[in-house]
Amino acid sequence: MTSGTAALPSGGAKRRHDPNRLGHLSGGQGTSRASGHGTGGPAPKRIVVGYGFWLFILSDIVMFSAFFASYAVLHNGTDGGPDGRELFDLGNTAVETGCLLLSSFTCGLASLAVIVRRKLAFYAAMAVTGLLGATFIGLEANEFAGLVMKGDGPDRSAFLSSFFSLVGLHGIHVSIGLLWLLTMMAQVFAKGFRSDINRRVMCFALFWHALDIVWVALFTVVYLMGVLA
Amino acid sequence: MTLFGMPLLGKLTIDAIPLDQPIPLAAGAAVVVILLAIIGWIVFAGHLPYLWKEWITSVDHKRIGIMYTILGLVMLLRGFSDVMLMRSQQAFAYQAPGFLPPEHYDQIFSAHGTIMIFFGAMPFIIGIMNFVLPLQLGVRDVAFPTLNSVGFWLTASGALLVNMSLVIGEFARTGWLPYPPLSELTYSPGVGVDYYLWALLISGVGTLMAGINLTTTILKMRAPGMSYLRMPIFTWTALAGNLLITAAFPILTATLIMLTLDRYLGFHFFTDEKGGNSMMFMNLVWAWGHPEVYILALPAYGIFSEVISTFSGKPLFGYRSMVVATMAIFVLAFMVWLHHFFTMGAGGDVNGVFGIMSMIIAVPTGVKVFDWMLTMYGGRVRLTVPMLWSICFIVTFVVGGATGVLLAVPPADFALHNSMFLVAHFHNVIVSSSLFAAFAGYSYWFPKAFGFRLVESWGRAAVYLATAGLVGVFGPMYILGLLGMTRRMQHYDVASWHPWVLAASFGVLILIASIVCQVTQLVVSIRHRDELRDETGDPWDGRSLEWATSSPPPVYNFAVLPDVHGEEAYWAVKSRALEQHRLREEPHYEAIEIPLNSPTGFVCAFFSTVVGFAMIWHIWWMAIVGLFGAFATFVVFAWRDRVEYEVSAEEVAKLDRENRASRSNTLAVSRRKVAA
Repeated sequence: MTSGTAALPSGGAKRRHDPNRLGHLSGGQGTSRASGHGTGGPAPKRIVVGYGFWLFILSDIVMFSAFFASYAVLHNGTDGGPDGRELFDLGNTAVETGCLLLSSFTCGLASLAVIVRRKLAFYAAMAVTGLLGATFIGLEANEFAGLVMKGDGPDRSAFLSSFFSLVGLHGIHVSIGLLWLLTMMAQVFAKGFRSDINRRVMCFALFWHALDIVWVALFTVVYLMGVLA
Repeated sequence: MTLFGMPLLGKLTIDAIPLDQPIPLAAGAAVVVILLAIIGWIVFAGHLPYLWKEWITSVDHKRIGIMYTILGLVMLLRGFSDVMLMRSQQAFAYQAPGFLPPEHYDQIFSAHGTIMIFFGAMPFIIGIMNFVLPLQLGVRDVAFPTLNSVGFWLTASGALLVNMSLVIGEFARTGWLPYPPLSELTYSPGVGVDYYLWALLISGVGTLMAGINLTTTILKMRAPGMSYLRMPIFTWTALAGNLLITAAFPILTATLIMLTLDRYLGFHFFTDEKGGNSMMFMNLVWAWGHPEVYILALPAYGIFSEVISTFSGKPLFGYRSMVVATMAIFVLAFMVWLHHFFTMGAGGDVNGVFGIMSMIIAVPTGVKVFDWMLTMYGGRVRLTVPMLWSICFIVTFVVGGATGVLLAVPPADFALHNSMFLVAHFHNVIVSSSLFAAFAGYSYWFPKAFGFRLVESWGRAAVYLATAGLVGVFGPMYILGLLGMTRRMQHYDVASWHPWVLAASFGVLILIASIVCQVTQLVVSIRHRDELRDETGDPWDGRSLEWATSSPPPVYNFAVLPDVHGEEAYWAVKSRALEQHRLREEPHYEAIEIPLNSPTGFVCAFFSTVVGFAMIWHIWWMAIVGLFGAFATFVVFAWRDRVEYEVSAEEVAKLDRENRASRSNTLAVSRRKVAA
């Protein structure tokens, strides 16, 4: 037993330098033998919510990675049908990428608007984010519809199955994000910048940015490498 | 009836009810009658408002943990009824067809595995983690109380769907993991595989929610002063288990989505046609499946560690080595999946690497076994029921582990793959680790949950009978495997197998006796609860913080968050109280905010069940209604203005003073004992 020798890091004054009590200060402080963070007690709600949502994003990325893996295994399984070089239109994909990256920027602006509590700026930034996201979805739906019309739908070959499900999974995420975006705009409209609503906006922003990161991987692995192959 | 040219009820017709098959019909009818009787009793006896307010809508981690455990117990019994059918079928099916036709027998072994793993063992272990973790961490609740409720009810929704298949339609005939191409639409055109898929997609989301929630709780919500290396060992193993859930369950969900797309929309992931590759399913599903083994086993090791340490009256031997071993297993869990299909033909090099990795897992596991034995060595061992489960676990588990190392040798695996030896091996390890741990944890934390202990005598009988039954069932199966019997046989003609099959069936009778003892123990304990009352909240002379509060704990767990100054937080406090002959100064009580109950979880699971059922039977409009309902439920939840209520400082003080009084009494008694 080591009790008695170890004392708690004194709270109060020190915590002021660590407003979110992330634990960086108390973790390595003098008298405490303790290693690891969180020695100052439970973290505040904002940290807990953000952390939990990060874990969700990581698990979501694991799900994407399973679809990436299946694409990597099956991308040569064209069964004599068309491959990426014949099907992918990099011009369309470039516009999609532009929309999504720009929407991440405007989503960042919306987060800033929450911090400075400016409702109008928040609505404007969220609306632009939503429009860009909707444009992205529209372009993707158009691409999918075109492929299906030509007879190159997901049932044509294993390559197309994995292509449709990987890109489609991302598209479904963006669509759910749009639904969430509208819900958050309605929430801010009805309830204002309440702390629990601000936390939800924070989670939404994390989600939206994470989808961008997934898209960058998707754009590279599926479209760029598909056209090169 | 049609809707936009589609039949209103999709594929669902009256033929879905097995009116021509007496066994499933009788079993299904019995389940329906029992369920209706229970619901009827609840409604007519006026218990419904209580149940709704205090349990169904509860977001208290203790209540949710108990509900998880009850779900696990009920489903274990359900899975065991499949055991009885399978063992008696094989006993009768020597040179005879037995009483179960092949298509029904196949459903039974598939349902057995699915129910035992996903709806028996998982809810039981998650329930114990849910109940214990916030108490051990010295905090008021988990990180996301309402999400916790949603997760539980989604798990229950999955369990409901699997059991619905008993009465409406059929269950999968593919084994507990639906290997393609058998599970593809061409070879399994019925709804059985669809029941499996939607039940597991829904409950998988619930499990993921629990994993994220508990990981966040452990990493971000601990009592002041509780750094990582001061956390109780069960918390460490639960951390590893929940990190595994967070990292592995999305792979299962992805794999099942792919199979669903194959079956519903004609995709070609696993069809072995048009470029599809069925071996990819095996790789993906076991990339989840092997971590799943440790999702069940690691928290189980934690339970044994707590129990052995408490009842040996010693701190856990080699606490840090236990932490390192746990985290080592956590990492290695992701690096051995290929040993489930050495016979795939990946080649000698690949098989060699995975064989060696699998054997390496035995090293940290061995460290744990030695730590447990050395904890007991030199301790004052009390042979209580949880301790007996732990000791019987160590003995039987080492045998199961040794046969596992044997199977990790690829040439040996080529001979034993898919034989009864394999069946014996994984039942040996999973029953002795997860199930024995679940029962050890159940009897260990029961007094904390309900305020009274379980009677020892019936519990001891249950332990001994379960151990004898385990050896009795799976000992003969090892031999059957070596004699060449493969798994999942509906009938057989080999004379030398017959006596061993009968022996295994006899073993099931011993297990039945063990279950009877456990049920009797519960009934007798409830009837004698006043004699078994735990007044102090510390019935076992415990060492971690859950024993620092009353039994059952108040809704806020701790009147004041405990300060932690070292390992074994509560033991230090208790030792000081014994030395100084008095409790700590009465703390300054403050009002506590508690999250309000919410029906979100229950309503959301209701709509999920609707979506699942609709998708299974291709009733598209109903699926859309269900999805909209689930979204609307979340919006309603998000629109709440009042999310917490306050327990006043006086109320907190009153409850805490009661507990302090009974602890003072105990302290005085122990002081008199020392003086005498």
